[in-house]
Amino acid sequence: MKIVVCVKQVPDTKGGVKFNPDGTLDRAAMLAIMNPDDKAGLEAALRLKDQYGAEVTVLTMGLPKAADVLREAIAMGADKGILVTDRVLGGADTWATSTTIAGALRNLEYDLIITGRQAIDGDTAQVGPQIAEHLGLPVISYAEEISVDEAAKKVTVKRQFDDRYMMVEASMPCLVTALAELNEPRYMTPGGIFDACAAEITTWGRADLKDVEDSNLGLAGSPTKIAKASDKVRKGAGEKVTPDSPEEAVSYIVGKLDEKHAI
Amino acid sequence: MEFTLDKKHEMARQLFRDFAVNEAKPLAQQTDEEERFPRETVDKMAKFGFLGIPVPKEFGGQGCDILTYVMAVEELSKVCGTTGVILSAHTSLCADPIMTYGTPEQKEKYLVPLAKGEKLGAFGLTEPGAGTDAQGQQTKAVLDGDEWVLNGSKCFITNGKEADVYVIFAVTGKIEKRGKFMKEISAFIVEKGTPGFSFGVKENKMGIRGSSTYELIFTDCRIPKENLLGQKGKGFNIAMHTLDGGRIGIAAQALGIAEGALETTIAYVKERKQFGRSIAQFQNTQFQLADMATKVQAAQYMVYSAAAKKDEYTKNPKVSYSVEAAMAKLYAAEVAMEVTTKAVQLHGGYGYIREYDVERMMRDAKITEIYEGTSEVQRMVISANILK
Repeated sequence: MKIVVCVKQVPDTKGGVKFNPDGTLDRAAMLAIMNPDDKAGLEAALRLKDQYGAEVTVLTMGLPKAADVLREAIAMGADKGILVTDRVLGGADTWATSTTIAGALRNLEYDLIITGRQAIDGDTAQVGPQIAEHLGLPVISYAEEISVDEAAKKVTVKRQFDDRYMMVEASMPCLVTALAELNEPRYMTPGGIFDACAAEITTWGRADLKDVEDSNLGLAGSPTKIAKASDKVRKGAGEKVTPDSPEEAVSYIVGKLDEKHAI
Repeated sequence: MEFTLDKKHEMARQLFRDFAVNEAKPLAQQTDEEERFPRETVDKMAKFGFLGIPVPKEFGGQGCDILTYVMAVEELSKVCGTTGVILSAHTSLCADPIMTYGTPEQKEKYLVPLAKGEKLGAFGLTEPGAGTDAQGQQTKAVLDGDEWVLNGSKCFITNGKEADVYVIFAVTGKIEKRGKFMKEISAFIVEKGTPGFSFGVKENKMGIRGSSTYELIFTDCRIPKENLLGQKGKGFNIAMHTLDGGRIGIAAQALGIAEGALETTIAYVKERKQFGRSIAQFQNTQFQLADMATKVQAAQYMVYSAAAKKDEYTKNPKVSYSVEAAMAKLYAAEVAMEVTTKAVQLHGGYGYIREYDVERMMRDAKITEIYEGTSEVQRMVISANILK
């Protein structure tokens, strides 16, 4: 079985988000990590590898620095990494990104493609399903469990909803988008890190993308334009009161709501 | 000379840091309070290859270098001194001498499962009457047919009851040196469960309280003849050489404890308010922290440089790292004690309370000035080298 996992290097939002004066993300000022949903997708692929001996290829699109997430994936147990990087691909929205990744995937053999549900820097959840559309594959999104029947070439996915789940089956090849809740990703191993740093990372540019139009790539090929971006407005420290009775607490709260014209 | 870590070491550090914070830190307080060996953390370390970091892949290890191993001990010790010493004793004191002196059969039988983390290692040299003076050994080994028969006891043994494989030193005869008779010491590999090998008292310690420190007792304990490690009579050299490596591990533990205390204190002084401002705004706090940080940085350079020297030795056995290891351990241990003491002081009354990590760190730091060669022994090693 051949599995391709698409991953993205994203800024770690744990320490807060930092912006350049022009409103774009200041990626250099933030620690870069593997997107959590993608990491869970990678772990799912590695578990299938442990179970069936699958070959796991990790694919990313980004700046040359994005090779770091491929090395991390290899240090966790992936077999090889492919980096798609080219100046003309910069500034891509989800449409241009999915077009690019689909162009790269057309060069590869796969039974299963796994992507994360969404990236923590954009939260669109569009790229995975769009890739499947470009490639004409069935897609199952929001996977919280994945199992494979290799003989029948079938994937069964527990698909998460707010209040229920759905068991969905698809024949391979297909694409599954993974949730961070899917599993707990394994740690790298120290020896895996040494191997990953010595490993050759395949690098592809625009010329290596198959069956894609220039008009669908990069900033120029992106229908979405970002007008403005900002960090979440932090809440103030608030006010702490210790009323003597529940009645007093209720009347204090009602008074405050009234004061703010909320009631 | 480079002072920056390359990519693979940066990644390894991040791995150890994540593992330490996610796995070891949440258990650190309980490990200390209940003197509980953190078995679940050790099992996870085994799963992810931490128990065989500097062991070549052909022996089931990770094929990394000493610097990587040192960073693992450092990062673990930052959050839990107990977990740091478990890894150090296993790797430096058990896997390392078997790797250096073991026969191919011994490596296959013992080093491979140690490196894979299927077994845990320990080292038994110290006896009630033989601490710094290794010649004070009383444990004896006598060859009887195809077996060595061990009698005696070892004390203060790290990983004592939790280990599976033990490197044990015992007197095997007398040798004449410059007209004086001295004890001939040899090294042996002993497995847990061997008849005649039992455990005595568990030590109730000031610090590193989860590390399972036991007395080992040998009563007519028969081990196969082929479990002699290295040549007969070379035990003292094997012990000293092993401790040279062990000291780098303990230096890394001391460094980690100091770093942990410094980080904790930096966060605390920014939060703690007195006289209407954070105590970080007082010049005394600032100057104390400046001194602590400077010494921690110096200790880190010394520990990494000793690790690099041992890596050089791996490629060229003529290289000696004995003095670098002694200097690194001496300095890092004293820095750990000083920094943790200052950390407690900067925490004020809270620093004296069990709930605050620096209280444990100060107790954990003290042992680094004592075990695997006291600070006084390190000074002896260093000065003997200068004056030779």
